Amino acid sequence: MSHKKIKTISDPKLKLDILSKEDVQKIHEATLHIIENVGVRFPSKRALKIWEDAGAEVDHEKKIVKVKSYLIEDALKQAPPAYTLGARDPQQNLTLDGNHVHLGTDGCGVEIIDIHTGVKRTTELQDVRDIARVADATEEVAFHWVPVSAQDAPVEARGLHELKAVWENSTKHVQTESIYNVDEAKASMEMAILLAGGKEELRKRPVLSLMQCTAPPLGHDGGSLDAALIAAEHGVPTGFMTMTACMTTGPATMAGTLAVGNAEVIAATALLQLAYPGAPVFYAAAQTASDPRLGVYTGGGPEDFLFGAATNVLADFYNIPLSMGSFATGAKEPNWQAGLEGSLSTFMASVVMSDMLLGCGFLHGSRIWSYAEMMMDCEIFSIIEKMMHGIEVNAETLALDAVAAVGPGGHYLAQKHTRNHMREIFLPQFLDRRPYSKWEETGEDARDWAVNKARKILKEHQPDPLDERISKEFERIIKSVEK
Amino acid sequence: MSEEIEKLFKEMAQSIIDGDSDISTELAQKSIEMGVPPLDAITKGFVIGVNYIGDQFGAGEAFLPELVMAGEAMKAAVAILEPELLKLGSARETMGKVILATVEGDIHEIGKTLVGTMLSASGFEVTDMGVDQPADKIIGKALEIDAQLIGLSALLTTTMVRQREIIEELDKENLRPRIQVMVGGAPITRDWATKIKADGTSEDAVGAVALAKQLVGKA
Repeated sequence: MSHKKIKTISDPKLKLDILSKEDVQKIHEATLHIIENVGVRFPSKRALKIWEDAGAEVDHEKKIVKVKSYLIEDALKQAPPAYTLGARDPQQNLTLDGNHVHLGTDGCGVEIIDIHTGVKRTTELQDVRDIARVADATEEVAFHWVPVSAQDAPVEARGLHELKAVWENSTKHVQTESIYNVDEAKASMEMAILLAGGKEELRKRPVLSLMQCTAPPLGHDGGSLDAALIAAEHGVPTGFMTMTACMTTGPATMAGTLAVGNAEVIAATALLQLAYPGAPVFYAAAQTASDPRLGVYTGGGPEDFLFGAATNVLADFYNIPLSMGSFATGAKEPNWQAGLEGSLSTFMASVVMSDMLLGCGFLHGSRIWSYAEMMMDCEIFSIIEKMMHGIEVNAETLALDAVAAVGPGGHYLAQKHTRNHMREIFLPQFLDRRPYSKWEETGEDARDWAVNKARKILKEHQPDPLDERISKEFERIIKSVEK
Repeated sequence: MSEEIEKLFKEMAQSIIDGDSDISTELAQKSIEMGVPPLDAITKGFVIGVNYIGDQFGAGEAFLPELVMAGEAMKAAVAILEPELLKLGSARETMGKVILATVEGDIHEIGKTLVGTMLSASGFEVTDMGVDQPADKIIGKALEIDAQLIGLSALLTTTMVRQREIIEELDKENLRPRIQVMVGGAPITRDWATKIKADGTSEDAVGAVALAKQLVGKA
């Protein structure tokens, strides 16, 4: 059941041209115009000081910073284009080099469909442990986000309890979106240093990365900025995620929303490079449209899918890796909408080779965790991974000998060529291809098989245990933050 | 049993599992030369392989081509051993005799061919008449060889009605249940099979074997 092997998309054969060079240049220039003339809010004393020292125009009262283009562009040039995310098990390190697409779990939900009762309830710390363990066993999940909120853990150290829970139940890389204040950021660095085996080791093999949400339009959260600066100081990869939405937190037009979100992300990324030149950073995004009738977050739709493909073009332009929102359907249960949104969002983000995908497991716009959805999302990822290899054309695959042997009529089932290649055909776990009568008799479908698989993993899979001394030290660090 | 013969049986089973007709033929020939009773060669050697791959297929481990290749390797081996059995006057007890045909006006046969391979690998004596077969020819052949089962294949909604005609013809001649009828093909549903009073239907070749066994009372 346990997979040390991680399935990632690489060496793609499919391509998509979504933005021309001129388009990207226009978005870039619009972005620089916004940063220089409209400004971006940085509500952190430390951040404002860094900007001021660098020569930006700082309004301390409004906490808005206006920055000349060259400052932003020069700072961004310091960012490393490629690096490795470390894992507790070094075999599971992940390369971010533009030629790999890694799938993560999504975060951070507040409710869960209980795996045993099937009833929706509030999430707890034990759910973080269980989901991490299931994710550890799948070959599709390459890294973790903190999937759900440990709402039974004390607020001031919740992010740390969650980190400990994931690390204790999986050997894969952890990217947390739930550390966004100074105390927890410092403590999380202490934990990461322990796990990596030293400060320098952590730089070489960052077992932790941080994702901070922006506060659109054109703003940031103070705690997030301070936490990001602490991570950058330690060489822990950090990304800023824009979730700008057409019509509400961004202009109704997609290009405008791309530019506003881009301004948020590259301004904060430049800040990290000004403070710690060369610090590993990534672009993160999950732009969307607002529903025109309700004004709500969509969780999927053609705009989301297009953003999913366009953003990697921007990240490539700035030559930094991307962590892109995919999956996370708006559907209330694993159904037609979930399959549609999961497939198209993930295909579009994958075909342009987004480095990281966020991520599997959610319903209702990243609010409700479902193990069935998680497993089926993994299968969608596997299907896309297979599609990305395209079609190989050569003498062996043209199979002329087999064609001659079978001739008109007959079948290919008894050909050696068939046996040599039949295992290249995708073998689904959850697509129902059974005879109609079988389906009729059992009444089961993909959702049942998916949740059964997760149940089986939970029952049987034991991840490599974390050194008990490290666990004890984690406890001590967490206690020091708790009041 | 000598070690040498035991080894031979194992190789026989393996040749079926590997779906290698060349080797299974070779081993059948070798067993005759060694004086191994042909029935033993089948039941203690080759059939073990068929059963293994059948179980693997049922468990979702083996793929359809492996099952078909095993069936063909089995057929090839039995073709060598059958004349020896006849010589000894100890003809192999079969599961039953089956006629297979695609009905008149229809030339589709991959499904029927698969059913034939599976049935013969499972011990049925299969006479596959091919495609585009009129009712009188099918019934005539069934009577000629004293078949217990007729399997009728049709892919088109315009030809599936021929299945009913053949069943009606059999009933008119009072030939059922002496001869029972299985119907199959992409458009064939359980409702259709019931409506035309067929004795059964299956959506796939493995199900067809189970159905055939059940109909001849050897399930």
